[in-house]
Amino acid sequence: MRLELVKRKEHSRTMALLSPLIAIGLTAVAAAIIFAVSGHNPATGLYKFFIEPLTSEWSLQATIDKATPLILIACGLAVCYLSNNWNIGAEGQFVLGALFGSALPILFPEFENGATLPLMLLFGAIGGALWALIPAVLKTRFNTNEILTSLMLVYVASLLLDYLVRGPWRDPGGYNFPESRLFSDSATLPAVFGGMMSLATPITIAIALILSVVLARTLKGFEIRVMGESPRAGGFAGFSSRRLTLFSFAIAGGLAGLAGTMEVSGELNQLLPTISPGYGFTAIIVAFLGRLNPIGIIVAGFVLALSYIGGEGVQSAMEVSNKIASVIQGLLLFFVLACDTLILYRIRVISHRAPAGEVSHV
Amino acid sequence: MFEAVLLTVITAATPLLIAAIGELVVERSGVLNLGVEGMMIMGAVIGFAVANQTGSGTLGVIAAVLAGMAMSALFGFLVLFLVANQVATGLALTILGIGFSGLIGEAFIGVPGLKLPELYVPGLSDIPFIGPVVFQQDVIVYLSFALVAGVAYTLFRTRLGLVLRAVGDNHGSAHALGYSVVRIRFLAVLFGGACAGLAGAYMSLAYTPQWVENMTAGRGWIALALVVFSSWLPLRVVVGAYLFGAVSVLNLHAQAVELDIPSQLLSSLPYLATILVLVLISANRRLTLVNTPACLGKPFVPDR
Amino acid sequence: MVQHTRSGKDTLLDARGLTKRFGDILANDRVDLVINKGEIHALLGENGAGKSTLVKMFYGSLEPDAGEILWQGQKVEIDNPAAARDLGIGMVFQHFSLFEALNVVENIALALPNPGKMTDLAKRIETVSRDYGLPLNPSDIVADLPVGIRQRIEIVRCLLQEPQLIIMDEPTSVLTPQEADQLFLTLQRLAGEGCAVLYISHRLEEVKRICHHATILRHGQVVRECDPTKETPASLASMMVGADVASVSATAQKPKLGQVRLGLHNLSARARTPFATALNNISLELCAGEVVAIAGVAGNGQGELFDAISGEMPVAPDMVRIDGKSCGSRNITWRRKQNAAFVPEERLGHGAVPGMKLSQNIVLTRHSTGDRLAGGGFVSTARASVLEKRVRQEFDVRMSHDDPEARSLSGGNLQKFVVGRELDRKPGVLIVNQPTWGVDAGAAALIRQALIDLARAGSAVLVISQDLDEIFEIADRIAVISRGYLSAPEPAEEMNRERVGLLMAGGAEAQGEVA
Repeated sequence: MRLELVKRKEHSRTMALLSPLIAIGLTAVAAAIIFAVSGHNPATGLYKFFIEPLTSEWSLQATIDKATPLILIACGLAVCYLSNNWNIGAEGQFVLGALFGSALPILFPEFENGATLPLMLLFGAIGGALWALIPAVLKTRFNTNEILTSLMLVYVASLLLDYLVRGPWRDPGGYNFPESRLFSDSATLPAVFGGMMSLATPITIAIALILSVVLARTLKGFEIRVMGESPRAGGFAGFSSRRLTLFSFAIAGGLAGLAGTMEVSGELNQLLPTISPGYGFTAIIVAFLGRLNPIGIIVAGFVLALSYIGGEGVQSAMEVSNKIASVIQGLLLFFVLACDTLILYRIRVISHRAPAGEVSHV
Repeated sequence: MFEAVLLTVITAATPLLIAAIGELVVERSGVLNLGVEGMMIMGAVIGFAVANQTGSGTLGVIAAVLAGMAMSALFGFLVLFLVANQVATGLALTILGIGFSGLIGEAFIGVPGLKLPELYVPGLSDIPFIGPVVFQQDVIVYLSFALVAGVAYTLFRTRLGLVLRAVGDNHGSAHALGYSVVRIRFLAVLFGGACAGLAGAYMSLAYTPQWVENMTAGRGWIALALVVFSSWLPLRVVVGAYLFGAVSVLNLHAQAVELDIPSQLLSSLPYLATILVLVLISANRRLTLVNTPACLGKPFVPDR
Repeated sequence: MVQHTRSGKDTLLDARGLTKRFGDILANDRVDLVINKGEIHALLGENGAGKSTLVKMFYGSLEPDAGEILWQGQKVEIDNPAAARDLGIGMVFQHFSLFEALNVVENIALALPNPGKMTDLAKRIETVSRDYGLPLNPSDIVADLPVGIRQRIEIVRCLLQEPQLIIMDEPTSVLTPQEADQLFLTLQRLAGEGCAVLYISHRLEEVKRICHHATILRHGQVVRECDPTKETPASLASMMVGADVASVSATAQKPKLGQVRLGLHNLSARARTPFATALNNISLELCAGEVVAIAGVAGNGQGELFDAISGEMPVAPDMVRIDGKSCGSRNITWRRKQNAAFVPEERLGHGAVPGMKLSQNIVLTRHSTGDRLAGGGFVSTARASVLEKRVRQEFDVRMSHDDPEARSLSGGNLQKFVVGRELDRKPGVLIVNQPTWGVDAGAAALIRQALIDLARAGSAVLVISQDLDEIFEIADRIAVISRGYLSAPEPAEEMNRERVGLLMAGGAEAQGEVA
């Protein structure tokens, strides 16, 4: 008995839609097993993890707040991954954006007017874009692998943040705690829709929708998709892979930086040594679960935000470590990748003689 | 004093060396496994946990190796059988490994660790300077050199090594000649996983005998850079690992010398050095093109 | 059936009813084949007829879905290439299974079950290769070797195992005429020693020259067997295709030549990678109304030349001129706007994106060429569809449903689409690299006629091809590219295969260096 992959003639559209759902299903099963193995009731665990966060207004708000940066970063990552630029450094770009954005309220606290917040957001996007352009330039000029360079810069960014918050940017009136001064009202992102959500959310959704149109309907979106699939065909079409690399890294960095600034000027209202529970990495999962499509990413971001809130929920209710959330997130990515195989291949069961094609003398 | 510095360099370099030599074998067979960081940290936590529970450092090491192999087997299944994207799957492995290790390791934070036994050769180990440096290391340090020698010999002097290199060069030709590309790559991936697990165990049982969350701090990624730096040649991995080992202990020793440089800057040196090294190597296009295994990262589906 | 009367005590291989299916394609349908000792047996058929599939079953790379194979009278199951080699069957693939980073000895060792010590093997390689007229240097790295020598490695690899049957898949597609002659001598010697050769080809002249017997496949079935020495190439061709192939009505009248439309002036370029070919001082002028062909064996700079003319590889401005305008440093979109069009060698991955629909592939090359496909930055799927339908109808592109993905098309149909996409623009200058490689005879004829028609309508057409038959069919003038040098083009009537062969083997360089 043997399983074999048979390549399909074309991408299967049905599987493209089903595969994320199957992946979520398999993850739920795996999560249930983990709960059972660690001595807890699987049904309760699944309920508290996936369903309960949706039931109260407070937890729904928290989920939306967590989903927002994930969606924004993942949209930028989608542009990169679609064009075959493997940007793994979104976490660092998030941090650098937050640093650039916070520079204004921290270094010029007297600058308080209607322009403060928009300027902060602009600087934040620029900061993230610049940080992302480093691996991009190294790739285009020196052909250096962008995965490792963008990732190394994450560690550097975290160390830079740590240094600034403990040193030059520490709050002078803050009793030596490692944190910056609190931001004034004009540097704080307001809540909207009667306090339901931060302004960050509508901004994010708008950007996601715009990006969705760009990717699907414009020549630029066509260029991105062609270059990702067949760089030689892209060159034949007149597209420049160099310029596209710089473009996609800049976009991803800009969006991650914007997310970082919005997080720091909204939720946190100051700079701290750690400002992200790994958003930059979880966003990678969101991007794949959402099939690198901004609309799908909106949904996927919500699902993964659920796992953060759910993780905290099971911790308080069932004394399960909230680290279970990151385990489930990792499993989810695994299942998504595994199920994606079904889009290009069919699985065939072969049940006759011994597997051929293997040489005995190896 | 110099002796003390050298000792710390060896301790810092060893996990890099072991993880890198494992990944070198994997990449020589044509597979890119970005999950080294995840496998290393799982090795670290499992090694620590088992050593702590059983009281035996050896059992801890063995468990770590098995943990690394189990994770790499999962990677191999996805990438070699389901032909999943190698880059994304490697990332998934890292994310999963970091998550799982955090979960398992929670119970062991702050728990005192078990240090691995050191070698002691009466007479030789007592020679001033050379004695402690060369003859009084953890078993794993000696093992790391044996691994490099073994890999170098196998890759270039044995049939198995020849076949492995052939598979990494042109998997289509290897398949046409009747070799099982999938099986060879899977074995290579398992070897890489074992090495990563071992490297992790060294970190939590010898380097700093304790468990700290995220204690590998990117060393798995640096190991990946080392493979590129070495142009996929085993002996050069040693050079790279020791260079990086030296850079990463600068922080430690600078503080002793009371230099007025922020510790975060010193801590970031290994990462900046990695970037620099990668740029220098890849800027030389001829070098990269000629040495890179031609099928690295390319998916393979046999037609039957 | 003819087959069973041929089998007897001299029979090596007797295949009965072999069938193989890939998805819904029936590659081989109840094929019978008999090969006797010392026989050079041709397996004929056009692209897609099932030849490669059949021989892969003899070599153990594929398993038959039905049927049986008898070897020297005994039923056998050939599970893998090692088993085939044990029986005494060797194979020289059309696409070599070599390892570029390794040397000759290592490459050969990998194909042998018991290579023994490397130094002994090296000596054996030297002796055997010299003996059969195909000398090899054991320590050469394959990446440094030209195609003709690489094929020798494949052949010597086979010979070292003392086979009784050697299968050769399109061996001369990568050889100059002189190298092919050498190969035929080797094969005839082998046959004389009692070894049988199964010779796959679609080159009918060759088959007539050296083969004793021929089996013809069409659409996976055996349709005829014959003695090729008693047939003409035309009769063999019609057996292969099953009808009279429309012969291309080409150079009946001399073309009326107009202005120079494409000019290459001292075109030189360094090799982009260690394995690429440099271009050396290439000069050529194409006038409106003519088809100029550049002949050459693979790997002599054809791809690089194409990229320099298309704009994918920038060169000095004056080196390439389209309708008089210098454009060597301009990108491909600019050149397309000057009404130039290009068809590269690789249709999947270069000429078209495999996973995208045909309508999207139209946009690939025509987004900025006046078809209003991308006005204001937005892609008009409606207009792209209209163009796709037009190309499909005019060039008879067959597909299973509307607007499929490019890779689900057969080679011939996709090539018709890729060529048709450009011809539909009525370009003033067209450059095509390997126009009918891997394409069935019907599609090939259609494409070649279309190229001639375009030229006669006033365009300049440059064809780069490895297929001498094709070149002599459609070209008005012929030049040869070798090691990045181009020979001076000459009228087709004054050229013959021998001269072309000499130029391929180095004459072109000699000309280029003197010039």
